[in-house]
Amino acid sequence: MASVEIRDVRKAFGATQVIHGVSIDIVDGEFVILVGPSGCGKSTLLRMVAGLENVTGGEIRIGERVVNDVPPKERDIAMVFQNYALYPHMTVADNMAFSLKLRSAPKSEIEERVKKAADILGLGHLLERYPRQLSGGQRQRVAMGRAIVRNPQVFLFDEPLSNLDAKLRVQMRTEIKELHQRLKTTTVYVTHDQIEAMTMADKIVVMHDGIVEQMGAPLELYDRPANMFVAGFIGSPAMNFVKGNITVNGKAVFKTEGGLELPLATAPAGADGRPAVYGIRPEHFVIDAANGIPAEVVVVEPTGSETQVFAKLGGQDIVGVFRERVTVGPGDTIPLTPNPALVHLFDAQTGQRL
Amino acid sequence: MSVSADSIPAAPSSRWSLSRLAHDHNVLGLLFLLPAAAFLLVFLTYPLGLGVWLGFTDTRIGRSGVFIGLENYQLLWEDHIFWLSVFNTILYTTVASALKFGLGLWLALLLNERLPFKAFFRAIVLLPWVVPTVLSAIAFWWIYDAQFSIISWALIEIGLIDSNINFLGDATNARASVIAANVWRGIPFVAISLLAGLQTIPPSLHEAATLDGASSWQRFRHITLPMLTPIIAVVMTFSVLFTFTDFQLIYVLTRGGPLNATHLMATLSFQRAIPGGQLGEGAAIAVAMIPFLLAAILFSYFGLQRRRWQQGGAD
Repeated sequence: MASVEIRDVRKAFGATQVIHGVSIDIVDGEFVILVGPSGCGKSTLLRMVAGLENVTGGEIRIGERVVNDVPPKERDIAMVFQNYALYPHMTVADNMAFSLKLRSAPKSEIEERVKKAADILGLGHLLERYPRQLSGGQRQRVAMGRAIVRNPQVFLFDEPLSNLDAKLRVQMRTEIKELHQRLKTTTVYVTHDQIEAMTMADKIVVMHDGIVEQMGAPLELYDRPANMFVAGFIGSPAMNFVKGNITVNGKAVFKTEGGLELPLATAPAGADGRPAVYGIRPEHFVIDAANGIPAEVVVVEPTGSETQVFAKLGGQDIVGVFRERVTVGPGDTIPLTPNPALVHLFDAQTGQRL
Repeated sequence: MSVSADSIPAAPSSRWSLSRLAHDHNVLGLLFLLPAAAFLLVFLTYPLGLGVWLGFTDTRIGRSGVFIGLENYQLLWEDHIFWLSVFNTILYTTVASALKFGLGLWLALLLNERLPFKAFFRAIVLLPWVVPTVLSAIAFWWIYDAQFSIISWALIEIGLIDSNINFLGDATNARASVIAANVWRGIPFVAISLLAGLQTIPPSLHEAATLDGASSWQRFRHITLPMLTPIIAVVMTFSVLFTFTDFQLIYVLTRGGPLNATHLMATLSFQRAIPGGQLGEGAAIAVAMIPFLLAAILFSYFGLQRRRWQQGGAD
């Protein structure tokens, strides 16, 4: 097991630069998730750590060793691909044993390691099957088994759950997390799914357009997003943003462009009259018959455990999520109040947190 | 409305059953099959049947023959030229197919790499396949000409040889020359088909193997080759069939000479049947090719059977 250090790494394909100086420190045994929308450079970064892409600039270290020019097979890493990349002409056992066979490991050792990995993943009864004869979840497990068998310094996962159905994805999420708690191998995991990131990671790195927007523990990102991009990306449904001005007139309030007054707990010093963006998560709305601002309900989506209400607040589309049952229908008015303690303010120009 | 409503139950039973027939999948299927079956019957079964029948007769050009049983085959059995043509055909097919496979696979692997002007090179490779066989054969005829051969000329200019090479006049040279021409013509088919096969192998398999520590030779040996075998089986079956039945190239270049050294079964069959006028004997030679072709097809049938790893649950 080893730490991974990514220092000011850049990547260009021809004249197009796709990663603009990314630095990430991953300590030994940590589970780090790179998350971001398609094309943000997260997979490219992972492939550079794996050695499948050249590093244009900067430095990648695994352990204490700079690996920029080390061929993939000498980096002591194992990777799980999005499409699993199982060798279709080999049985499950052969798939898992392939890397050991190439290293000409003794037969007894190969058998022992394959058996151990199969036991960990519950693949014992499938060892003689071919990948085609397996279900999606089983293939996923074989792909992980292939990685475990090698006992590498670092596990790399490239969107491993994208090809699974929703139910299986949740199950595999738990399994991967459990596996990490058991093996404690340093893991770098790429996904575009923020729920995967939130539920599995020790540390999340939010990437966008080839840069790191914010890096931190899952709840830190949820509670204190550094900018509007992270605020909008983490959390589902996404945070509501309302444009307007901060007004401090004895008491701090937020005046929206539509003329509404939204409550603020405090305003940053000297922010009076400053144009800003008011961010409030859907789950931080409260139905308050006494002081609520009337909002016109557009669509109601009950999911059983919670109710999502899409409404218009002062002409602006917003979403609210409520744990309690809400018995309103389209066209009704619902009195909503944002919880002032949980409001986020962002600079109107830069989108940075105020 | 009332009129039509009354007329439906009163419709004649024959019309009723006709419309039912038209909706019967089996009957419809049979109807749709008819044109194709007719084509096969007229253009495939009839000529083949006629050929087999002619082989059992002493038909000559201009004179319809009578059934003579296996006499033609008895004659062929003792005919050393026929046996020479069998040997030639097997030699020609084996050597040419092996060379086409080796060179074609090599070319396919090269074209599958990231090359500059890749599309251009892929198009160029197809050229020998696109040119009509007779045209390329005539070009080779010039290349192999006893006096004006460009190869001889070039080698003499370089100083490697003193006199012209007798490409088509010497038995061994002639065999090598026609094989070379056939290989040149046949490579594109093998190369492009195998290239198509190579492109169905997901790149992530190679990446996974690279991470597993495989060298490029090991990746070829353990990933590329096993995944390509089904396509190799198809391509090589076709290639063997084409080569075994080759006619045009030989007929233009050597007409079977010198001293029948390049006579293939197909050219000998034609030689005996048309210029020689012995339709029955020619047909018998052609029929004698069938067992060899059947063997090739059976070989491919077993080679083509889905391997165990290709079977089983769909996604």
